[in-house]
Amino acid sequence: MSNSRHLWHFHGGLKLPGNKTISTSTPIAQALLPKRLVVPVQQHIGEAGQLQVKVGESVLKGQILAQASSYVSAPIHAPSSGKIIEIDELPVPHPSGLNALSIVIETDGEDKWTELSPLHHPNTKSPAELRQLIRRAGIVGLGGATFPTAVKVNTGPQANIDTLIMNGAECEPSISCDDMLMRSYAREVVSGCELIQYIVSAKHCLIAVEDNKPEAIAAIHEVINEKSLHTIEVVAIPTIYPTGGEKQLIKVLTQKEVPSDGFPSDIGVLVQNVGTAVAIHKAIYLGQPLISRIITVTGEGVLQPQNMEALIGTPISELIEQSGGYHKDAAKLIMGGPMMGFTLQTDHLPITKACNCLLVENTPEQTPEAMPCIRCGACATVCPAQLLPQQLYWHASSKNFDLVQDYHLFDCIECGCCNHVCPSQIPLVQYYRFAKTEIWNQERDRIKSDHARIRHDFRQERLDREKKERDEKLRKKKELLAKKKLAEAAAKESDGSVAEVDPKKAAIEAAMKRVKDKKAAQKIDKEDAAASASKNTNEKITHK
Amino acid sequence: MQFKTASSPHIAQHNSVQSVMYKVLLAMIPGTIAMIVWFGWGVLVNIILASVVALSCEALMLTLRKRPLKPYLFDGSALLTAALLALALPQLAPWWLTLIGTAFAIIVAKHLYGGLGFNPFNPAMVGYVVVIISFPKEMTHWVPPLLEDYTLLTFTETVRVIFLGELPLTYGWDAITMATPLDTIKTQLGLELSINEIETHKSYGSMFGSVGGFGWEWVNGLFLATGLYLCIKGIIDWRIPAGVIAAILILSNLFALYDYASFTPPTFHLFSGGIMLAAFFIATDPVTAATTTKGRWLYGAGIGVFIYIIRTWGSYPDGIAFAVILMNMAAPLLDYYTMPRAFGHRWNEFPHHHLGDKDEE
Repeated sequence: MSNSRHLWHFHGGLKLPGNKTISTSTPIAQALLPKRLVVPVQQHIGEAGQLQVKVGESVLKGQILAQASSYVSAPIHAPSSGKIIEIDELPVPHPSGLNALSIVIETDGEDKWTELSPLHHPNTKSPAELRQLIRRAGIVGLGGATFPTAVKVNTGPQANIDTLIMNGAECEPSISCDDMLMRSYAREVVSGCELIQYIVSAKHCLIAVEDNKPEAIAAIHEVINEKSLHTIEVVAIPTIYPTGGEKQLIKVLTQKEVPSDGFPSDIGVLVQNVGTAVAIHKAIYLGQPLISRIITVTGEGVLQPQNMEALIGTPISELIEQSGGYHKDAAKLIMGGPMMGFTLQTDHLPITKACNCLLVENTPEQTPEAMPCIRCGACATVCPAQLLPQQLYWHASSKNFDLVQDYHLFDCIECGCCNHVCPSQIPLVQYYRFAKTEIWNQERDRIKSDHARIRHDFRQERLDREKKERDEKLRKKKELLAKKKLAEAAAKESDGSVAEVDPKKAAIEAAMKRVKDKKAAQKIDKEDAAASASKNTNEKITHK
Repeated sequence: MQFKTASSPHIAQHNSVQSVMYKVLLAMIPGTIAMIVWFGWGVLVNIILASVVALSCEALMLTLRKRPLKPYLFDGSALLTAALLALALPQLAPWWLTLIGTAFAIIVAKHLYGGLGFNPFNPAMVGYVVVIISFPKEMTHWVPPLLEDYTLLTFTETVRVIFLGELPLTYGWDAITMATPLDTIKTQLGLELSINEIETHKSYGSMFGSVGGFGWEWVNGLFLATGLYLCIKGIIDWRIPAGVIAAILILSNLFALYDYASFTPPTFHLFSGGIMLAAFFIATDPVTAATTTKGRWLYGAGIGVFIYIIRTWGSYPDGIAFAVILMNMAAPLLDYYTMPRAFGHRWNEFPHHHLGDKDEE
């Protein structure tokens, strides 16, 4: 069944040694409950959550620690029961090496769950209600991108999802967590698929697995047959890096290309990682939030490579220790795979929802110095985004940021294929990251300076306006004053004798006159009022 | 525990500029041996001389430019330039001619432009153009192929001719050198002879073999074979030689069909002179060629067209060097306008405006 399907190719790619079997010979090991769990508040793409707990508070396993703060956000839950002993900026596994707000839980060893509300018949709920449950469970894409899943499965009313693709390709060498997950949790994977399929009302679902994982394919195939599902199919796809990239996988399965400025849903496709499917299954049927994940601990620098199910927040050092510890030559600790992972400076870091693999490498052989680019074009031959990496490099290194964008820099997925085949050993991907960051910075600066300019313009306008108003006021005052003077002068002229009168007397006389005038005015007012009143009554009468 | 940090990818790979260059050099050996067999020791003397000069100039320029010697001196690029130029020069060219050509290629055409990877023109071809324009007489010192009525000079005699200009006592220049088949055809066509008359002429007809120039057909055949091997191995891009050969085949067929008597047949074009060396080894120099798929087709075809034009109507015996340099100039433009469609983009959305902007700046 899985072989009959027609598949397509994406451009380029590499056949890389898998190095996966070293970590798949033993079943998934359960990591020990650590004494301390360090849970970063932000473990997803989007905005960080809002803290719901304080230092000193006791928490139960699965209790919410931080609530989603906006639409593109995800809550964080306590991975185990215990007491919160610290909330502070602490080191997290991130390429920047910067600290981030984290909650430290001292576990009590009881691992006591908070009250869960499992759902036994999800098909009685609406897709929106299920999305809410996924959102509350803090589920994010477990393939590595960690985009909030509730947002991703909310494809909108006009999207017509034809194909749901479950990504079990796992194309990066060394990583085997999805392989082991599919072997051990095939039932949950398929159950998760059914749930997502229901939520996005996808016509059919393809579970794509690279053909170097026959056990996983067989396990899923068996579940599908057993449940006799007709709209879910497991597809063995050729093992070519980076076939697990979302756009590449869609191309292989459907021949369609996701538009450069669009989303898979634009072409009727939704891609989810198989690990995410299991998390969704757990969230709906068991009511459990995402508090653990499967991690591949591997590489020649680890003595007993294996896959482990560990709580979020478990220190990396403990996972390595439980995997036999380091080889004496261990020199490089990578989070993720060897092609796209990033190195960590220390193992005193917690694992997060994004952490799919810990790869420890031994002292590398001396890499030769980079030579100049000889424009051989080997990079362009392997580029899955169909770019011209050598031209990108050329313009990125000369900081010609307009031209790099002409050459579609932002379509680069940083898969590292070009880097891998370059005979001049040029760290190409580094140049592209540099160029992207520079362009982002320039853009930010531009926006900032635009803002500043607009603010300045506004201020200038306000000042001008105020000055005008002040001038106007002044002018009016002056006019008024001039009029008054004119009037006074006229008054003086009219009775010249007054001028000789004693000023005191004149003042008294003036005051008297004012009082008289006022009285006269009051009298007139009263008469007016009386007149109008009588007029009103008359009117009323006439009206009646 | 503390670890070293590095940027991804983290898999070491073993491809290198050096291995590419040396593989190309190795692939040139069979054709070169054929040249030595047919045209004598001069070929080898030229190669050795050019190599020594090229490496010395390379070392000199690297020192002047304060660049590390080790990775660059032995990356194979200077040797490749030397070998290509030496094979293009007449076998009995005087030593100073080889020296000037090679030194100009390395010092001016390569290093003054920034060294490996930065030269816009193929250094070997620049060197060749310099000597053919400056020393046209010495550039006629071609040796006739090994024929019954000619004897090749011994190694010592060759060295004496090249370095001291001393001819063996019994010979004059006319006896040991001879116009190439390409040159002969051009001269005799100018004298209103037909192709058939030229190829069967009693005094020089023997220089024409069954498909190309006598001897030359072997040399070209071997370069074709090893060149194809490099293409299959992915060391050079097959589109460039395919473009060169296709253009020459099409043009020569068209003109030969139009007038069989005054236009040389396609087979002769492909198997005389340095066509196969040019198509597979010179035009494929990645630094100076176009890099896109379509760009490489056009680049190769452009070279083929210019070679045919210069051979047929130009005043130089062969047009390879000029054709290559002309297309070198066009390479950046070809690259820009043949940009492949990036993934997820439509065909018609290449922004070309920035190129214009640049010119104005």
